[in-house]
Amino acid sequence: MNGLVPDLVPLWALILAVGIFYYVVFDGFDLGVGILFGLAPDTPARNLIMNSVAPVWDGNETWLVLGGVALLAAFPLAFAVLLPAVYFPILIMLLALVFRGVAFEFRYRDAAHRTFWDHAFNYGSIIATFAQGIIIGAFIQGFNVQGRVFAGHSLDCFTGFSLFTGFALIAGYGLLGAGWLILKTEGELQQWARRWGRLCLAGVVIAIAVVSAWTPLLEQRIEQRWFSWPDIALLSPVPILTLALIVWEWRALRGRADVAPFIIAVALFFLSYTGIAISMWPMVVPYHYTLWQAASSPNTQVFLLIGTVFLLPIVFMYTGWSYWVFRGKVKADLAHH
Amino acid sequence: MNAALLASRVQFAWVIGWHILLPAFTVGLSSYIAVLETLWFVRRREVYFRLSSFWTRIFAISFGMGVVSGVIMPFQFGTNWSRFADTTANVLSPLFAYEVLCAFFLESAFLGVLLFGRRLVPRWAHLVSGLMVGLGTLMSSFWILAANSWMQTPAGYRIIDGRFFPTDWVKVIFNPSFPYRFAHTVVGFYITTALVVLGVAAYYLRAARHADESRVMLYQALGLLTVLVPLQIFIGDAHGLNTLKYQPAKIAAIEARWDTQSHFPLTLFAIPDEKSASNHYALDIPDLGSLILTHNRNGTIRGLKSFPRSAWPPVIYPFFSFRIMVAIGLLMLGLVLTAWGLQFAGRLRTSRGFLRLCELASPLGFLAVLAGWTTTEVGRQPWTVYGLLRTADSVSPSLTGANVVVSFIGYAVVYLIMFPAGVGFMWRSVQRGPSEPATQGGIIQGGRPEHPVEAMPRAPEADEATAREPPR
Repeated sequence: MNGLVPDLVPLWALILAVGIFYYVVFDGFDLGVGILFGLAPDTPARNLIMNSVAPVWDGNETWLVLGGVALLAAFPLAFAVLLPAVYFPILIMLLALVFRGVAFEFRYRDAAHRTFWDHAFNYGSIIATFAQGIIIGAFIQGFNVQGRVFAGHSLDCFTGFSLFTGFALIAGYGLLGAGWLILKTEGELQQWARRWGRLCLAGVVIAIAVVSAWTPLLEQRIEQRWFSWPDIALLSPVPILTLALIVWEWRALRGRADVAPFIIAVALFFLSYTGIAISMWPMVVPYHYTLWQAASSPNTQVFLLIGTVFLLPIVFMYTGWSYWVFRGKVKADLAHH
Repeated sequence: MNAALLASRVQFAWVIGWHILLPAFTVGLSSYIAVLETLWFVRRREVYFRLSSFWTRIFAISFGMGVVSGVIMPFQFGTNWSRFADTTANVLSPLFAYEVLCAFFLESAFLGVLLFGRRLVPRWAHLVSGLMVGLGTLMSSFWILAANSWMQTPAGYRIIDGRFFPTDWVKVIFNPSFPYRFAHTVVGFYITTALVVLGVAAYYLRAARHADESRVMLYQALGLLTVLVPLQIFIGDAHGLNTLKYQPAKIAAIEARWDTQSHFPLTLFAIPDEKSASNHYALDIPDLGSLILTHNRNGTIRGLKSFPRSAWPPVIYPFFSFRIMVAIGLLMLGLVLTAWGLQFAGRLRTSRGFLRLCELASPLGFLAVLAGWTTTEVGRQPWTVYGLLRTADSVSPSLTGANVVVSFIGYAVVYLIMFPAGVGFMWRSVQRGPSEPATQGGIIQGGRPEHPVEAMPRAPEADEATAREPPR
């Protein structure tokens, strides 16, 4: 490769950001449905809740793998530093995902132990979400790095802040899950989802407020970014829009809108996600390496980009088609293979 | 060897050893389902529909287990092998990413329709879904084996500051061992599936159940094995010659050859001893080693002593795992030949003893895959990238032995719950058989089955009738 290759780092940062956001929304509602599953009133309700994600859950989880390997491909240094730094949250997340993943098939095969697999689905979803929240918190906190390797202790990532972000994400995914269930169910179950959605929204409001207040205290650079003039004016739409969306979401959950609660929840996630991105930019190994410093070779980025621009739209097309096939309100007699 | 390194190796062997059993089954099974769906689409014989529905139920369990144990794999590179990740990412990471983009999304999106969508989409679309899942598993094998082969026989790279950089992507992907490894592995996967299908057919024949289904399965599986088992022996031989050319120390370990010599024997059995660099209790056949490995009685092979001691693989593992794999291959060949002998004598479907043997043979493919995998992966040691990057230099430096022991215990406990449970449910599906409802005695509430699975399978006439109704 010669020097004529354009700087692909911003494009890869965008692709990775979109990929991770897609994962957060789609596996987010998926895990959120699992979180609410444990609160369901009875077995028929649990079956409906499970069926609302059964055909799509593994596709959603595939985005986690894509996020992992895209980080490895575009910013390998970040992958090599971050993963050992969050060794145990990753382990906990993966093991929890095993339980919730196999529960989809196993609870139908194993009537004698259905309660066990129901718990596996429920607790697996909660624990996986909690672990992901810890990873986000640890990322915002930053890592102890020497040279090209993580130099801290494997338990450094567990702090008051990261545990808080863990709980915050449970509320957030719960809200997405409630939005999804409102979209996919009707009648009493939908009313039930609206009630839990409102509780999750209350949790999300607290979480956003605390994280917004806490983050600038963690790192001076973040404080400067948000509170120095004129940035404070330029960035002010983020908190103002967030506030407006919270009010709107509350009304949508109380009203009769089917689609709005889910869409607004996604929008809330988008704003929070943007907020974190603004705080971190351009760090990918906080606070040691920027996106450019951690990037893979231009040759690697070009080779993967060629296929990605061609394949990703196709992926969206057939994934969209499979969602289309299972559109509408979920029924108990969804024909299982 | 430090504790974190040793524990990380044990953990990786554990998670990949269990995981590889699932593609070993699902690659072949998804193709089989695609064939059954095609036959059902074209010939419209009910038996194909029942078989496809039956194997799809089993596929769903194994695929779900494959997804959850597969998600774990790429994270291992980061959590436990971060220096390997940092050193090789420029070359290997696009191959992993292409596996996700080409294969995983394809499989998961179309699997949803294959499992749940028979009544929601037109017949052709359901068939296409089956074909796409099969195609996805093959593309997955392509990319991951390209990456694995590059670690065995790296090509198309240069090293700058101790890290690998790509120079030629065609050489990276089609590196010297890749065509052989890809052919050998995929054919092994198909054989594994065919043996399971054969075993299930034999089980029904012995129990005098599902006469139509078992007859179709028996001849389909036997037909495939008749072609693939001899082919596999041929490919395996070619793969061995390729290994001799590019990884001579691995071959020396597999054959437990210590000294460089011509006219070397084939050691059927021995206890290789690295300390004294010799074999105990060796059972040798003169000259046969030369003949097999060099296709010449006078052929010469490099012994391990011609390599620095620090580049020796642990001899005993590849030595025995290779012999197990070859022995299983010969057993399979014997099984196929016996089957044809019985067929010409008109006794294939009635010979209870032979059918029992077929049942017992159904896990053989899995054992062969594990043995072959052990041979090639342990034989690559002490390197992660052959000859260039040591395993000891690949592990994450921040990990302590205690960290990895804790995580290994976590993986061990979870896998020991999940895998036996999954195998148990697959066995239960087999016992229920192709033409009976998937669960018996379900409670029907409000005209709707309580659990979705109880809605299937239905007779094809009913299936077509409902397919014409609006889906909801």
